[in-house]
Amino acid sequence: MIIGEPPPPAGAFGVDAIAMTMRFGDFLALDDVELKVRPGSFHALLGENGAGKSTLVKCIMGYYRATEGDIIVGGREQAISNPKDAHALGLGMVYQHFTLVPAMTVAENLVLARDDVPAVVNWPKEMKELEAFLARMPFKVPLGAKVSDISAGERQKCEIIKQLYLKRRFLILDEPTSVLTPAEADEVLGMLRDMVVKGELTILMITHKFREVMAFADDVTILRRGKLAGAGKVAELTPDAMARTMIGAEELTVQPPRTGEAGKTRLELEKVRALDDAGAIAVHDVSLMVRAGEIVGIAGVSGNGQRQLVEVLAGQREAESGEVRVAGEPYHAGREEMRRHKMSLLPEEPLKNACVGGMSVADNIAFREFDRAPFASLGWWLNRGAFRDDANRKIGQYKIKTRTPDTPIAALSGGNVQRAVLARELGGNVEVLIAANPCFGLDFAAVAQIHAEIMAARNRGAAVLLVSEDLDELLELSDRLVVMFHGEFVYEARTSEADLTVVGRHMAGH
Amino acid sequence: MADGSIGLWTVPLAVLGGAIRVSTPFLFVSLGECITERSGRINLGLEGTLVMGAMSAYGISYLTGSPWLGVLAAGITGALLGALHAGICSLPRVNDIAVGIALMLFGTGLAFYLGKPLIEPTAPRLPAIDFGWWSDVPQVRAALRVNVLFLIGVALAPILYWAFRTTRWGLLIRTAGESSDAARAMGHSVLLIRLRATMVGGFLAGIGGSFLSLFYPGSWNEGLSSGQGITAVALVIFARWDPLLCLWASLAFGGAAALGPALQSVGVTSGYHLFNAAPYILTLAIMIITCSPKRTLTGAPAELSITR
Repeated sequence: MIIGEPPPPAGAFGVDAIAMTMRFGDFLALDDVELKVRPGSFHALLGENGAGKSTLVKCIMGYYRATEGDIIVGGREQAISNPKDAHALGLGMVYQHFTLVPAMTVAENLVLARDDVPAVVNWPKEMKELEAFLARMPFKVPLGAKVSDISAGERQKCEIIKQLYLKRRFLILDEPTSVLTPAEADEVLGMLRDMVVKGELTILMITHKFREVMAFADDVTILRRGKLAGAGKVAELTPDAMARTMIGAEELTVQPPRTGEAGKTRLELEKVRALDDAGAIAVHDVSLMVRAGEIVGIAGVSGNGQRQLVEVLAGQREAESGEVRVAGEPYHAGREEMRRHKMSLLPEEPLKNACVGGMSVADNIAFREFDRAPFASLGWWLNRGAFRDDANRKIGQYKIKTRTPDTPIAALSGGNVQRAVLARELGGNVEVLIAANPCFGLDFAAVAQIHAEIMAARNRGAAVLLVSEDLDELLELSDRLVVMFHGEFVYEARTSEADLTVVGRHMAGH
Repeated sequence: MADGSIGLWTVPLAVLGGAIRVSTPFLFVSLGECITERSGRINLGLEGTLVMGAMSAYGISYLTGSPWLGVLAAGITGALLGALHAGICSLPRVNDIAVGIALMLFGTGLAFYLGKPLIEPTAPRLPAIDFGWWSDVPQVRAALRVNVLFLIGVALAPILYWAFRTTRWGLLIRTAGESSDAARAMGHSVLLIRLRATMVGGFLAGIGGSFLSLFYPGSWNEGLSSGQGITAVALVIFARWDPLLCLWASLAFGGAAALGPALQSVGVTSGYHLFNAAPYILTLAIMIITCSPKRTLTGAPAELSITR
């Protein structure tokens, strides 16, 4: 609380950002943007990656000082120079990356977040007060549990509960449902919506899910490349109209139609077991077959063993027991085996898992073949010209936006890093493709291109294992759908026959 | 037993006495390092801090005649070295381990330079409390002559354990060590928290050094520490960043270090140097048993540069 400042009025209030401009050096991140969030409304902020959504809300929350523009909170102009000022005005934000401390309990996290943490915490008294507070809340969280032990959905609820515990009445939510099952997302957003309707809360939600915008939001503001592209009442708009406003005139890659029948079994998992970093069983004796010309999608909320399973297939983690076979032969993810079986891999977080950030785009594209002709003579003498020629060709073919082939790959945007990995992994013949969250955090154009490439690889006869947290992506691409929960495959169906409610129930473990 | 000889009982008694005597510097350095590491930073410079603490305690005790002023001076010296470490580490792209090694060399070098005139004179030493008054056996009385600093250290371990859970500062230090993003999102300055934690850690390590020069062995010379500061830093990992376990680990280490001399005193002389290596063999054995390449260390603060 700022001393001498009157406390914010009770109930929901609105926030307006007027003529916001934000420059980072030469780069114009926000260009004269206006955002008006009415008191007691549920407002959606739409836009592609890099459209300026995060910059805008960070200006409101005081992380950045806007180059120009005013913030009006509850009808009064406010100078918000740091997050503490924003908090004092009753503004709170739930971040895409969790801000809970994993090694601490939920109760410790809640008390810690307060501005007035007592020098010595009287835990029995605090616990009693927390329980009384939770009794008034729409959803429950386990106070005594360590945050690292609870599910992603529960963590997201904790983040929201934390904001309410801190008496914030204007909540900014940054992609709040990306880690939730559809049912959990509906539950959380529904409860927040109820609080909005009762006039207790105003919500500004950053999202890219039109379904949630249509179901929960009153108003929408759409940004494109740092400019205001559109705004209005959700009731008067269609998802198509919003999508067009978001991406503008950009042409999206057209996905080829699904053609051809599934062939022989290419990739086989038999009772594969793997441990996580803490030594607990993360993948519990799973078995699966993927045939040539087939996309098998693995659905599940993040943290149910998908990461460890992909790491085993990528050779980043040793399986405890069980066997992986490719084309009938035992497979241990060695480089020679990968080459022989034409394995391709699109791991999640490609910059971390599939690239060396400090090396050039050309080098990164050549990783699979760099010690073979034409890149190398006699297996050791590298021919730099061949690196550059190959890179230039692939940069054109895969529309990788980089200044030169010699630029370090870490300097590229997320979408272009993934395009470079795509060029390396799908540039040649592919018999088995393993992809994990290949489109996470990417813009429409990149997503359309990646989806088209995956479908094209399938049509050419590759066996594709697609692990994703995005159910819509899986429903669109996969032939068969498997749900992973607590390290086990709990549900399997042909995608064309899969029932979304049943899938969602299995994702939540019911 | 009338002749005062207690035969082979000498060995466990000497190990107990050794555990109490030798463990004190380990205890202070490891508790200090525990605070620093829980805030997300490693200070390998504590070896240098220990030696600087020993030197300044001896010097101040000699000049003022009060060993307790010497202890205070050692603590302040340690806190200043801690502040130096934290200050350098708050610069962007500075590695705390490299800075720690530099400060370790700096601290020992500076102590040797400034401590040259202190090798000759004798400074007043810290008093001890006789817990062995009830016994006539001299070995028992020797083993139970306990220094006040040891008692303070023993009390400090549970206090720290409690403080990490129930005080504002304890929670803040853990937050900074487990998730600097979370701490920043709450509007706290991670660098400030770490500066304070490193200074407190240095303060305690300095006091550990004062024990070396003012009680046991009780004089100032250049071979005083022989790597005890670095060993204590390893003890923190071994103790899984838990102050109570730091206490037990220090005692076990002190006891193991006393094994060689104890065996020698009853006439077992073969393998004397081997027994002197007992603490290191113990560390290796425990590390091999408890660590696994497939697992991350449990209890390790997530922001520590060795776990990230």
